[in-house]
Amino acid sequence: MSKNYVKTSTGTWEVVIGLEVHTQIKTNSKLFSGAATTFAGEPNSQVSFVDAAMPGMLPVPNKACIEQTVKTGLALNALINLVSVFDRKNYFYPDLPQGYQISQLYHPIVGPGYLEIDIDDTVKKIGIERIHIEQDAGKSVHDVMPSSSLIDLNRSGIGLMEIVTQPDIRSGEEAMEFIRKLRLLLWYLGTSDANMEEGSLRADVNISMHRPGTPFGTRAEIKNVNSIRFIGQAIEYEINRQIGLLEEGEQVVQETRLFDAAKGVTRSMRGKEDAQDYRYFPDPDLLPVILDEGFVQGLKDSLPELPDQKKKRFMESYGLSKYDASVIISDIRTPTYFESAVKNAGEKEGTAKLIANWVTTELFRVLKEESLEIDQSKIPAASLAELVNLIQDGTISGRTAKEVFLDMWTTGKPAKIIVEEKGLLQISNTSELEQLAENVIQENPDVVQKYKAGKDKLLGFFVGKMMQLTGGKANPKIVNEILVKKLSE
Amino acid sequence: MTDLTRLDYASIRKGLTSKAFTTKEVVQSYINKMDSTRPLNCYITECTDKALKDAAASDDRIQNNEARPLEGLPLAIKDNYCTKGILTTNGSKILSNFIPPYESTITHRLKGAGAIALGKTNLDEFAMGSSTITSYYDPTINPWKKEGSDRDLTPGGSSGGSSASVAARSSLIALGSDTGGSIRQPASFCGVVGLKPTYGLCSRFGIIAFASSLDQAGPITRTVRDSAIVLKQMAGHDPHDFTSVKYPVPDYEAALTGNIKGLKVGIPKEYRMEGLDFEVSEWWEKTSQWLSEAGAEIIDVSLPHTRYALPVYYIVAPAEASSNLARYDGVRYGYRAEGAESIEEIYEMTRTQGFGDEVKRRILLGTYVLSAGKYEDYYLRAQRVRQKVTDDFTEVFKSVDVLLTPTTPTTAFELGENTADPLAMYMQDLFTVATNLAGIPGISVPVTTSREGLPIGMQLIGPRFGEEVILRTADVIERVAGFKLKEEF
Repeated sequence: MSKNYVKTSTGTWEVVIGLEVHTQIKTNSKLFSGAATTFAGEPNSQVSFVDAAMPGMLPVPNKACIEQTVKTGLALNALINLVSVFDRKNYFYPDLPQGYQISQLYHPIVGPGYLEIDIDDTVKKIGIERIHIEQDAGKSVHDVMPSSSLIDLNRSGIGLMEIVTQPDIRSGEEAMEFIRKLRLLLWYLGTSDANMEEGSLRADVNISMHRPGTPFGTRAEIKNVNSIRFIGQAIEYEINRQIGLLEEGEQVVQETRLFDAAKGVTRSMRGKEDAQDYRYFPDPDLLPVILDEGFVQGLKDSLPELPDQKKKRFMESYGLSKYDASVIISDIRTPTYFESAVKNAGEKEGTAKLIANWVTTELFRVLKEESLEIDQSKIPAASLAELVNLIQDGTISGRTAKEVFLDMWTTGKPAKIIVEEKGLLQISNTSELEQLAENVIQENPDVVQKYKAGKDKLLGFFVGKMMQLTGGKANPKIVNEILVKKLSE
Repeated sequence: MTDLTRLDYASIRKGLTSKAFTTKEVVQSYINKMDSTRPLNCYITECTDKALKDAAASDDRIQNNEARPLEGLPLAIKDNYCTKGILTTNGSKILSNFIPPYESTITHRLKGAGAIALGKTNLDEFAMGSSTITSYYDPTINPWKKEGSDRDLTPGGSSGGSSASVAARSSLIALGSDTGGSIRQPASFCGVVGLKPTYGLCSRFGIIAFASSLDQAGPITRTVRDSAIVLKQMAGHDPHDFTSVKYPVPDYEAALTGNIKGLKVGIPKEYRMEGLDFEVSEWWEKTSQWLSEAGAEIIDVSLPHTRYALPVYYIVAPAEASSNLARYDGVRYGYRAEGAESIEEIYEMTRTQGFGDEVKRRILLGTYVLSAGKYEDYYLRAQRVRQKVTDDFTEVFKSVDVLLTPTTPTTAFELGENTADPLAMYMQDLFTVATNLAGIPGISVPVTTSREGLPIGMQLIGPRFGEEVILRTADVIERVAGFKLKEEF
């Protein structure tokens, strides 16, 4: 039985989820005009006559938007439709200057594909139904003036991709993982900033409940959820709400709902009966978009290494664990830092793993503390490599290295200088350590006795004493060897 | 001194370069004519002060031997072409205060080539109509009258102001736009030449859209040669119009060889239909005899889907219009109703008060044929039939070079006639709409005056980019016909 099933007193429920992800296509200019797409410009500072739908203005497709969407489709293993058509979706709204949104209903540019997500150590394929290109609308501002609303058209006409999944998702966790993975893919591709805070990625969540083995239930659509956490919360709430209704013998109504993040609930926005008739028809200002095979192949050849490929390579060529590899590839800059450090450190047994360790623990910790991105790290990749080299050749211990690392972070000095200045060189001199071991053993006869009586774990006591005496500079490997030898004498 | 308004542009240009007269003199004679013909209501906006300034600059250029291809051409512009800084109403209350901050590509090109704008001409509201009666700015009156009658006749429409001004000599050449016959029908009613080029030959950028897949800009002139001269400056690819075609613009004037020996002229039998005036039919026959005598071969042909062209047109054009006109919402520019209390009221009141009956009728028609459940039966089916109509032409142009038909079933009707019966008005487009549906060029050339003393025009239809052959044939007809505008105009 699937662990995603929800069990209640009346039996088992399964949730069925499909997502419609709207994400801003990364380009310098809008979908059908030359106006800029920069975030947070002065209101109405990035509006061309086309975006404001002035009389006689005509849309001209931005080729970059087409390319970016095709690249995204290719990365999602999807069919690229060589002929696609822009349609008009007609409705009146003050922030929709044309009175219609240009979208692609009947013939989208990208057809079926899939995205693989890792969920509970297994790989699950989430089907992609389609990707189409559409215009974003402007923004209505209702709370600045007491008796009128203001319109900001900066976003009007910005190109969006709408990525529509099959109803293949079976839990909130899967939905969140899908978005995380998709976002990562978009970052790698450079086709969208997929930045939820700036509203460049948002999702409509279609959700229904049914008894396993029976047909799907009636779905509700939660519109415009704009963070991964909210998607999880909205789904959680909706699962409980729908089960509640169904178990009371009531019906789930097909409707559009909104997620209220402050209260953590979804609320009905409009019912099916209020659904608008959008009167879609092909936009007569725009000829069909016709791509040739060569163009698509060219984009395919230009695709960068994608997250799954990178993860596989990191595991195969660097011997990283699946976990470490997953952590390192999970943003776009860390792999670059990691590979640069490995290259600087030189190919030695275990180097890459050691670097991965340092990156994902110590480095991530300080970055997080100071809210920095890895490419803003105060310890460059080459310096981390040097530190790791010092550990590997026994110059300093791992424990000392942590101290050195923090010094490097605050002073910006190279590891070697810090080690020298602070006299942190590891003591690997056997005779020196043997003498110390002798002293420690003699000073603690009772502990020696217990050890010899079989309490092996007390070895740590002696190691600790030696470290204390050397200020942590003793080479732990040699200390261990000496102590084991002396204690068995 | 001769009345300069009686010369065609070819002669004006000769006179200007030989310094027989100045641009200022030419423009002043037209301004005088504008004054004396003001009761015809050809113009919505006159730009005479600016025209005189431009004329002075033009004379400087001529003095410096820097004359451009259309130097000193007194031009009238249909009021659906956006002109920077000049009121552009589209014959509608809803744009009665609209001054575009940009210039249409066509007017930009013509002004750049030396044309001097005299003013903006009257038209049916949003170019919807065949009489110029639906204009918010009152009807235009045809300079022609029936023999012995003083009743006002319509100049046709929608480019009625343009056609009437060319006939009445208050402009030398006028720009029109043709969605279903709006250049050719009024040209025919006014005894002037009207050319609708191939769809995509002339940019639509800055021309206020009526039905985007059908609209095409074209000239209205007194001679075929003048059409050829001005078309050369209008035609050519425009990156601002995605439907504009990259086509090398030929020297249309050079195509006027007077030689049509061996030319195959098709006479489509379907155009001999009920409602075709007897006299018009007679002159159709006569015109084909002229062509035959000039060495052309007359061939009876069939365009079997002709009878569907009009119903298809009245589905496709209103559908596109209903969407194109959604932007006139009172939010950003144009007329806004007073006293609205909500955004819905702004829309309702603005559009109710701002649009006239014919425009509303077409918005309703268009909204209906695109609505859910109707789209497939009307719009999609109409598009399929449109393809059949187009295929008819493709097929027939395998065996003939041009088609000869009447331009309209009748001569000009009285002002106010047909207004109570929209269908009777729609019949005006019977012979002209098919070329718009197929995107092919057509030209109307006057051949005679009827027994009542009204002009009769014949239409030549060519294949895509067949402007040269229809101009050449029209030129031959013009030479044989020896048609003259009335002396008193």
